[in-house]
Amino acid sequence: MHGRPRKPLKPVDEAAVAAKAEKLRALQSEFLSNHQNKIYSKEAVELSAKLLEINPELYTAWNYRKLAVQQNLAQCESDPESVNSILNEELKVVENALRQNFKSYGAWHHRKWVLEKGHSSMDKELGLLDKFQAMDARNFHAWNYRRFVAALMKRSDEDELEHTQNMIDKNLSNYSAWHNRSVLLSNLMKKAAPGFTSKDEVLTREYELVREALFTDEDDQSGWFYHLWLLDQTVRSEFPLLVSSWPVEGSDISLPAADYLDGCASMNVFHYSSRNFPLVLYFNQSVRGVNSSTVSVSCGFNLNADLIWKPLSSNDSQSAKVWATHLAIPDAELHSSEAYQVEVKVGFSQGIVSTTGVAYGHPSQISFQLHLQKAPVESGQDSRFGRIQWKDDCFAVYEPGSAEPDLVNLLDNLTIKNEVESTASTWQARIIDDETNIFRDLLDCKIGKLTVARLLTAYNSLRPLDKPVHCKEVLELYSELMKLDPSHYQYYKDNHSLVLLQQVTSSKESLLSRCFHYRDSTLSTNGSPLCLRLNNLGISQLGSFEKLLWVQMLDLSNNELQSIEGLEALQLLSQLCLSNNKFRSFTALESLRYLKSLKVLDISQNEIGSHSIDTTRYLFRSPLSHSVGSCDWNINYLSSKTYWEAFFVLKDMGLTQLDVAGNAITSKSFNVFLEKLLPTLKWLDGVEVN
Amino acid sequence: MGELAADKHVKYILAVEKRKDNFESAVLEHLRMNGAYWGLTTLDLLGKLDAVDSNEIIEWILKCQHESGGFAGNVGHDPHILYTLSAIQVLALFDKLNVLDVDKVSTYIAGLQNEDGSFSGDIWGEVDTRFSYIAICGLSILKCLDKINVERAVNYIISCRNVDGGFGCTPGGESHAGQIFCCVAALAITGALHYVDKDLLGWWLCERQVKSGGLNGRPEKLPDVCYSWWVLSSLTMIDRVHWISKEKLIKFILNCQDTENGGISDRPDDAVDIFHTYFGVAGLSLLEYPGVKAVDPAYALPVDVVDRIFFGK
Repeated sequence: MHGRPRKPLKPVDEAAVAAKAEKLRALQSEFLSNHQNKIYSKEAVELSAKLLEINPELYTAWNYRKLAVQQNLAQCESDPESVNSILNEELKVVENALRQNFKSYGAWHHRKWVLEKGHSSMDKELGLLDKFQAMDARNFHAWNYRRFVAALMKRSDEDELEHTQNMIDKNLSNYSAWHNRSVLLSNLMKKAAPGFTSKDEVLTREYELVREALFTDEDDQSGWFYHLWLLDQTVRSEFPLLVSSWPVEGSDISLPAADYLDGCASMNVFHYSSRNFPLVLYFNQSVRGVNSSTVSVSCGFNLNADLIWKPLSSNDSQSAKVWATHLAIPDAELHSSEAYQVEVKVGFSQGIVSTTGVAYGHPSQISFQLHLQKAPVESGQDSRFGRIQWKDDCFAVYEPGSAEPDLVNLLDNLTIKNEVESTASTWQARIIDDETNIFRDLLDCKIGKLTVARLLTAYNSLRPLDKPVHCKEVLELYSELMKLDPSHYQYYKDNHSLVLLQQVTSSKESLLSRCFHYRDSTLSTNGSPLCLRLNNLGISQLGSFEKLLWVQMLDLSNNELQSIEGLEALQLLSQLCLSNNKFRSFTALESLRYLKSLKVLDISQNEIGSHSIDTTRYLFRSPLSHSVGSCDWNINYLSSKTYWEAFFVLKDMGLTQLDVAGNAITSKSFNVFLEKLLPTLKWLDGVEVN
Repeated sequence: MGELAADKHVKYILAVEKRKDNFESAVLEHLRMNGAYWGLTTLDLLGKLDAVDSNEIIEWILKCQHESGGFAGNVGHDPHILYTLSAIQVLALFDKLNVLDVDKVSTYIAGLQNEDGSFSGDIWGEVDTRFSYIAICGLSILKCLDKINVERAVNYIISCRNVDGGFGCTPGGESHAGQIFCCVAALAITGALHYVDKDLLGWWLCERQVKSGGLNGRPEKLPDVCYSWWVLSSLTMIDRVHWISKEKLIKFILNCQDTENGGISDRPDDAVDIFHTYFGVAGLSLLEYPGVKAVDPAYALPVDVVDRIFFGK
């Protein structure tokens, strides 16, 4: 089915071909009859061999031969000579079949099946493999079979590693050899075999080995992925650590004592309609075991029940990078203006473990103060907001005043200082430095630019407490790659966006310059919310969420986003603008299902409903991926199945304002559906809901 | 650039379905069940499923079922999980899953799961992540996913994940686009895509696009239209399909058509076959080519067929 020319090279003799087909049919028919009737005579078995030589893909013939072998083995009663002769015959048939098609699954499996009966010298098998690998070093059947034989022979990983070295020495352009090397090396390092205990030494050796593969032919991909793996092994933090949190260490937070419906807040006043105050823990990798035993929360008022920590991840395996819980704030019978000291102790008792099995070993403590405010006199009146409009003239640049020292303090303390980083391994920094210098010689080609960009980014990841360096250079490299390799433009654009966001969130000055007061004529500036505006940045992917846990109002309009994966960490988010982006479906908004405080959402001017293919269909919890239970569609309207994506995203939300105009999905019936789905809605597309 | 010669391809598929006397159909007789799935799904994607006699086909399918509950590639051949899925998929196309004894088929499939969570293709024990996908996809369509140990099945698939983010056929097996499709789709259906490093695998997959605009199946290999499915559906499921040039791929697929006689081949000017015709059209569907119905990247069936099964529309 592959590689045959459309116009045959020689004129076709129709009659001869028809005769050939007729003959094959007759043979197959006879064979099937033998198989049905369980005839295993010498002639019958030979017929199957003849067929398999013509067509090794005839799987029923391999099954038939196994049945014949079983019967013959039973008859010869373990006479070693007979057994050998029977099994040898099978091996011969396999070899003939492989000559026809050395990618035949059936043939290779039959050989394994025969071998498992305890026959053939293994050295002979290795010899056969060498022959096959000489013909085609990329044949994965041969590599799989080699793994099978090596296991039977109990060959050491070290010996097999040497074999990959031999293959690589013969030809650097052998991805299969590099892959097998990565498997064996991972194993040797995992079991700390002698000679493989020093990560520094092992990686330095491997970097040297793969370097030649990358430099010899700049377009040959064989070494690219191996090199990327080495880089990951160099910078990957083995230990699970707490990277950031909400609240931030040392914060001073005011909470309204009464229900403040949409009453708004300055930086350090929070408006929760259900008086549930979130606590968010952001780790450097996915962990499990975060619960009220491993994280203790103590505050001046009693908590009614053990806190329930939830992993912010759309899976049920109980692990995530970000965990959250909610403190139920008691009623205002407590004194107002009293400050409560809250202490969150993470990992002082055992139990938090990374998904790779490493225990959390760096206990941290986060302390902050809570002030419960008595409701102001105006609370009896309607202190609701008007409709939020995301226009430039509704925002005033944030001027830090004496009333709010906390924003600056907060932005100073976004990243948790973990002691382990201060002893930043010098071997890692040294390797990154060496590799960067070496690859600067390759900057005129794609893989050179990409590798240097990655190395510089890796360097920053080794020093999370310091301001990232080389951002400008990295951004330039990605911009050059967009021009050099336009087929993969979006890959480089997404990476460019991530670095851009790292740069933007890297300093408090940069963040402050993007903080704005939302001006509403009904409220004084004291009560107006603070908005982080990351609009018009041309970003196509989001990141740096660990720096943004404090954000309540976020403007991401006029960008090129098609996903908001990771936004679920921003548990305080109550107003979000995603207008003028590239969102294609409601399934791309999965993260919103975790934002219980979201009140105002603008997804207008996107591409929802314009695409026949949904690229986030399976990254979304729905019956298609068996990630929701049986569903109650019967919410007194028919259209919920037509709009099932919107149904799942919005159904549990308490939105007061929603904008969806400018998407192909909008229609009268869709708007009717939305109004029924969201009883709390006050404005839909700028129009007041009845 | 050319256009999709949809009518020619429909004629080609209908002709192949009828031709039983040439050498090619003799050699491929044992996988006629797969051929039925490839041909009929293509017809449905081009809006022409009604051009065939569904009753005749269903009758033949049922003749291929064994007492074990599994389906063979053709009448008289042995049952295997490969053909069992194709049988289920074809019946789903015709909305005739009700002709099945669901319990019997699902028991056959579930019985092929091994202790370590992997699946064998049949009683002879070949293990491959392809079979994990087949079992999960087939049982999911039959709404019997709970008949297997899903956790173990997922764990086995994870054990086949490589450092490049891809997946192989067995633990330690090299990443290959076909295996990657099977593993990613199986994880998608079981709600386990969080085990995939989307950025890492996305880069590996997007680098399958070579200068000609076609996609290969692994590094330093030739492009082939069938990878327009294996690679593209994987990229679609992890939301990284925007990392390749869709225009260049469309061009490549269209260039692989035989616009005279119908059918699509693996590479321009090679011989056409049903296999590549299906994958070319399915690839165009994922690229939102006009006139082609949307295909579901995990179940490899038209979206309206999948939605009918899960949302009962």
